[in-house]
Amino acid sequence: MKKFDRLTAVAAPLMRANIDTDIVIPINRMVGNSIRGTLGKWAFSSLRYLPDGSDNPEFVLNRTPYRDAEILIVGPNFGCGSSREPAVWAIQERGIKAIVGSGFGDIFYNNCFQNGLLPVVLDPAVVQAIAEEVEQSQGTSHVSVDLEKCEVTTSSGKRYAFSLEPRRRTALIEGLDEIGATLKLDSEIRAFQARDREDRPWIYTSRANA
Amino acid sequence: MPQTMFAKLWNSHVVADLGDDTALLHVDRHILHDLGGSRALLDVKERGLKVHNPELTYATIDHTVTSAPGRQGTIPRGVELIHALRTETAAAGIRLFDIDQPGQGIVHVMGPELGITLPGVLLVCGDSHTCTHGGLGALAFGVGWSELNHVLATQTLIQRRPRTMRVRFEGISAPAVTPKDLILALIGMVGTDGGTGYAVEYAGGTIRDMAVEGRLTVCNLSVELGAKMGFTAPDEKTFAYLEGTACAPKGVSWLRAVEAWRQLPSDHDAVFDREVEIDVTKIAPQITWGTSPEHVIGIDGRIPDPAMIPNAERRQAVQLALNYMGLMPGEAIAGTPVDWVFIGSCTNSRLSDLRAAAEVVRGRKINPRVRAWVVPGSEIVKRDAVAEGLDQVFLNAGFEWREPGCSMCLASNGEQVPPGQRSVSTSNRNFVGRQGPRARTHLASPAMAAAAAITGTITDVRRLGTGK
Repeated sequence: MKKFDRLTAVAAPLMRANIDTDIVIPINRMVGNSIRGTLGKWAFSSLRYLPDGSDNPEFVLNRTPYRDAEILIVGPNFGCGSSREPAVWAIQERGIKAIVGSGFGDIFYNNCFQNGLLPVVLDPAVVQAIAEEVEQSQGTSHVSVDLEKCEVTTSSGKRYAFSLEPRRRTALIEGLDEIGATLKLDSEIRAFQARDREDRPWIYTSRANA
Repeated sequence: MPQTMFAKLWNSHVVADLGDDTALLHVDRHILHDLGGSRALLDVKERGLKVHNPELTYATIDHTVTSAPGRQGTIPRGVELIHALRTETAAAGIRLFDIDQPGQGIVHVMGPELGITLPGVLLVCGDSHTCTHGGLGALAFGVGWSELNHVLATQTLIQRRPRTMRVRFEGISAPAVTPKDLILALIGMVGTDGGTGYAVEYAGGTIRDMAVEGRLTVCNLSVELGAKMGFTAPDEKTFAYLEGTACAPKGVSWLRAVEAWRQLPSDHDAVFDREVEIDVTKIAPQITWGTSPEHVIGIDGRIPDPAMIPNAERRQAVQLALNYMGLMPGEAIAGTPVDWVFIGSCTNSRLSDLRAAAEVVRGRKINPRVRAWVVPGSEIVKRDAVAEGLDQVFLNAGFEWREPGCSMCLASNGEQVPPGQRSVSTSNRNFVGRQGPRARTHLASPAMAAAAAITGTITDVRRLGTGK
């Protein structure tokens, strides 16, 4: 998993509410067993390209300097909908490393941590203020996200603290592997199953019926 | 201390407390499908790991297989995924319900109908509509692809405990108002993030009186209100639905299981973090007008006018949705011309759904401007529908009767609504491009979709009445 500690970069405001993961990556671009590395150019397709396939000049990531953004500032409920993890991969392959918003779809939010993409949750008014500061500078005002300090800073010097569970923070900073850590608890998993076989034997016998 | 059903479900699966309100949870049931299943099995193998409990893992094929009669024409990448799923499930010792076998179907249709899903189980699948299985009293939710690898390798999952929300539906709904309409109305009320961070229990008299298939439909749309998990309390109807299904416990084991399942419902005075109550007598058949499930109105309603919305952000969202949908503010939604009708998906492709649609269609013909598909949710649904002659009702009316799968709900098998065309669909998402690039989707119940196919316009099924 990719590590994340701190980042100062161009931030692109994408404030439309309810951007679902179908918008982030269309399904037809993610069917197949070797899609990693092919998704970046299809991220946000329906917003990014016109029907004839050319770039939509209105879309924020098609404009300078937002083209080079490594941070997205997003509207409410970003990443709602489908559980498709390629949504996170597509965003990362497009060069984005952190997303600042007021709330995220639950499954998308979990998927971010699995891949080292940092989702930062701040009050809606704060997100709006950051987006406005960036827009007023036409994107030249950079934004910093510091996971060590759990703080977002704007060019004008405004500081906004965010909170994140210590587990997740440590995992991102160190790039920990969750499966490896859980397998260290395997004796506890097996003990749970041994007890559970006594309490709920039907859980473990269904296969024999099928 | 009185407990919610959620607390009972959660607590009984905690393998280890990891702090920060986060637990390592035991996964009782895991169902793989063709879109992500083979990749996950290959990932785990590549890491030199084994599937922890293949006997608790099942697989089927639904997302990428063609729904064409005779199954001719699956897209090449789908063929690869299906082939890989067969190879990898066989190697790992996982039971696969393959194409044309009894048991194959949309994950969220076949799991419940085979009794893979049971009350009290913690069930996951790499698909956001896994919340559907909550309709049997399971704690069921969709997971991402990395989490799916974690489940395969460890039979557990690390999750943060959600807050609890209870939605009580009370009253007797009007004729032609179905479970789909009730849950769409709820999403319209609380918004697509109204349930974010919550586990939702659907309760109240309307849910108690509702048939199991209706509860599955209600729970299916939990994720459209932002809730990863939604469920209803198991009861005698649940037990009757499950008894005798292929994977349900048998004999003494069944009796013991039912005894345990009776303890699952929330205690009488359990406390929830949020409560919502809905009077269903006020709900009309619902239809979406925009590009989010919260963009929903009664069929007798008018398309919203952005000019009337004071909040700038919301005004812009409504305007963008109307532009995409090609609709005029302030006009009645009924009467809007329709090009496609899709009856299917994990929301509404069960036998009761097909019966409700067939009742409207019987003895009538579809409007010639409309192309209309019925895609049953599973081989078992298809078999039962054919036994009742429902396939002939649809075929005689001019519908296409197809093979079970996800099909045009999300178009991952290439079956798309063409650009710019308008579809009335019994599925769960009207997102931009969901049914194909620039396709325009209106979500509705099976009866409402059937009515649209007959008239060629968005129609109040109550005005049309049942067929002959």
